[in-house]
Amino acid sequence: MTHAVYDRTELSPVDPDGLSEPFYGGSAPQSLTAPAPHMAPQPALLSARRLMKSYRKGKHVIPVLRGVDFAVRQGEFVAVVGQSGSGKSTLLHLLGTLDAPDSGEICFEGNRIDNLPYQARDVLRNRYFGMIFQFYHLLPEFNTLENVLVPRMIGQSVWRYWLQRRAHGQRAGELLEMVGLSHRLKHKPRELSGGEMQRAAIARALIASPQLLLADEPTGNLDRHTGAEIMRLLRTLNREQNLTIIMVTHDSTIAGRADRTVRLVEGLVERVT
Amino acid sequence: MFKLLLSWRYLRTRYIALASIISVTLGVATLIVVNSVMAGFSEEMHRRLHGILSDIVFESHSLGGLPDPDWHIAEIRKVVGERLVGITSTVQVPAMLSFPMRGQWITRQVNLIGVDEETYADVGDFSQYLLHPENRERLTFDLHEGGYDERLPESGWVQRRRRIAYERAYDEQLRQIESLGRTETADASADFSPPADPFGGVPRDPYGATASSERPSQVFDEAKQQHTGVILGMMVASVRHRDQDGEVRDHFLCRPGDDVNLTFPTSPPPGQAPAAQSARFTVVDLYESKMSEYDSTFAFVPLKDLQRLRGMIDPATGVRSVTALQIRLAPGSNLNEVRDQLIARFPPDQYHYRIQTWRDMQGPLLAAVQMETTILNILLFLIIAVAGFGILATFFMIVVEKTRDIGVLKALGAPSRGVMSIFLTYGCALGTAGSGVGMVLGLLFVYYINEIATGLEWVTGQEVFDPTVYYFQEIPTIVEPFTVFLVVLGSVSIAVLASVLPALRAARLHPVEALRWE
Repeated sequence: MTHAVYDRTELSPVDPDGLSEPFYGGSAPQSLTAPAPHMAPQPALLSARRLMKSYRKGKHVIPVLRGVDFAVRQGEFVAVVGQSGSGKSTLLHLLGTLDAPDSGEICFEGNRIDNLPYQARDVLRNRYFGMIFQFYHLLPEFNTLENVLVPRMIGQSVWRYWLQRRAHGQRAGELLEMVGLSHRLKHKPRELSGGEMQRAAIARALIASPQLLLADEPTGNLDRHTGAEIMRLLRTLNREQNLTIIMVTHDSTIAGRADRTVRLVEGLVERVT
Repeated sequence: MFKLLLSWRYLRTRYIALASIISVTLGVATLIVVNSVMAGFSEEMHRRLHGILSDIVFESHSLGGLPDPDWHIAEIRKVVGERLVGITSTVQVPAMLSFPMRGQWITRQVNLIGVDEETYADVGDFSQYLLHPENRERLTFDLHEGGYDERLPESGWVQRRRRIAYERAYDEQLRQIESLGRTETADASADFSPPADPFGGVPRDPYGATASSERPSQVFDEAKQQHTGVILGMMVASVRHRDQDGEVRDHFLCRPGDDVNLTFPTSPPPGQAPAAQSARFTVVDLYESKMSEYDSTFAFVPLKDLQRLRGMIDPATGVRSVTALQIRLAPGSNLNEVRDQLIARFPPDQYHYRIQTWRDMQGPLLAAVQMETTILNILLFLIIAVAGFGILATFFMIVVEKTRDIGVLKALGAPSRGVMSIFLTYGCALGTAGSGVGMVLGLLFVYYINEIATGLEWVTGQEVFDPTVYYFQEIPTIVEPFTVFLVVLGSVSIAVLASVLPALRAARLHPVEALRWE
């Protein structure tokens, strides 16, 4: 079966040692000004071909994506921009297997993933993709540390999680330290600022050492300064850990920080820069 | 792992759900109380029913009874074998009891039972319910000097001598008046003064007058001798009522030491109609099983005397007939099996006998209690089912409230089954918490039920548990662990079932739509 490829228990981390190094803060400006890594020609990590998606509203069919071709290579930071309603969030949901396209296909590491069964897609989202959202979406009942551990709790049985709880706790602590939240481990989301919540969400997205980070308007709900901090963090992750990032945004300034920008207009890719 | 943690967090933060579980708590507590009281009541009733009835009763349909009880007993011994612990023969016959009371004849319809003093105690708990302690130790039909129940301070020979003395003094006075009348002494009647009346001006007992005039005192001295003894049921001899202070009191119409008349049918030879036979008996004790059915109908007399009076002794052979044989089996014996073996030995088409276990005899009563318990259980479980709908509504609200979180969990790779099990676990946890608290409340209620009844009586002024109706001094309760387990299990199941629909809704939420939920 195709999805068997993603049914592995563990994925070797991109750079587990690198993650443990505290760089956010003192070393951040230096990292952020570093030159873009050399992009050697290589097969796409994630690609989409002729993606079509429409929504039904009563008798009306509203086309959202009308044949989108898209590809992202390993280590690339791609921004998808477009006006409200252009279909950029829908595209991200399709790429992240949260939704299925009406037609077209999506491949991850050369394997088709849009037609995988639910269970395989759950595993894919849990271990291979990280996701961050405009409204952070932390669980209000959990503290920061527990929120970061949620993907691990989901991905493992109670017994297995219990056995590895120390290792998981240590890893979550390192990630939170990396994003600068080591002083907020026991705080509930309602006690955090917007920027802190987004940083916690980034740590949560990284706990499973994913190959791909999908970001849906990560700075959309933050002020300019905090948004810039988040962008610096993403950029650093991309450069230092070779993390592939697809970011959806309507802000062209934010998109300018990416390696490449894909502009969607009325459900079609208009321009790639 | 996230399921357990989230369920636990929801349990700690969603107090509205805890409110919905209160009805489960109350339902469980009520079920435990009702089942314990009904079990206690049922057990007490079984004990009392079984106390007077032996395990198996072997009855003859005919008025004359079994012609040769010894042969029957030998046959029964062969069938029952080792399991037989005791057997006794009795004569049971409907009778009319009559006794004088303040110049009036009081009559009662009774079930007259002739019992063998030697063996009757072997087959049942009959003697335990007698009022005189010596009779409880060893049954006799002899009148005791006194020492009956504290409700009967003047009973036995004390009462009998006082009554006879009064009657004799009365007769003496009457004779004096009659002799004075004959000599026509005008002023003699003016000197007449009646003797001190120990009964406080009670009118002369007409029966006593008749009896004493008929009986020559040198043959039978009532003050020193007694008639054949009879043990009357408590409610035959007394009336229970409440006094002005609300205390339950027994008013005795006749007491040990008094004489009563019993009229019952004779056992005639074939071809002759039964005749009414009357005989005089002395009340020697009272019987109080606290089962009103028994206490208001039973009268016990010695077997041999009843056989003699009814003409149940074969003049040619001297063999005495009986109407019933009462059999007590070893504990743990299968009564139905023994009954069926006896029926097989004495098939109904050849022998006109009725062979029943005590449960068969009291079947309708036991079935009624069982039915009552079942219906109460169904009704109370319906209350918990209604509580289930409350849980269902609350859970739907929580699912709606948590829609975005459910979307996040799915986006992070949580399978639908996992999301579903969050709410099932939550329902199970709530059900367990509600039932657990309900169980503790119910058990505490059962433990302190009499104190609570007293408290309720004090608050409401209404009697919660009327001893004149139930004949129990306290509310009987028995906590059956298995029943408690079933009640708790049932309630938890209802809570889990109520959370299935909301859980399914949560599981079917589309992650994209859930994430967009505002």
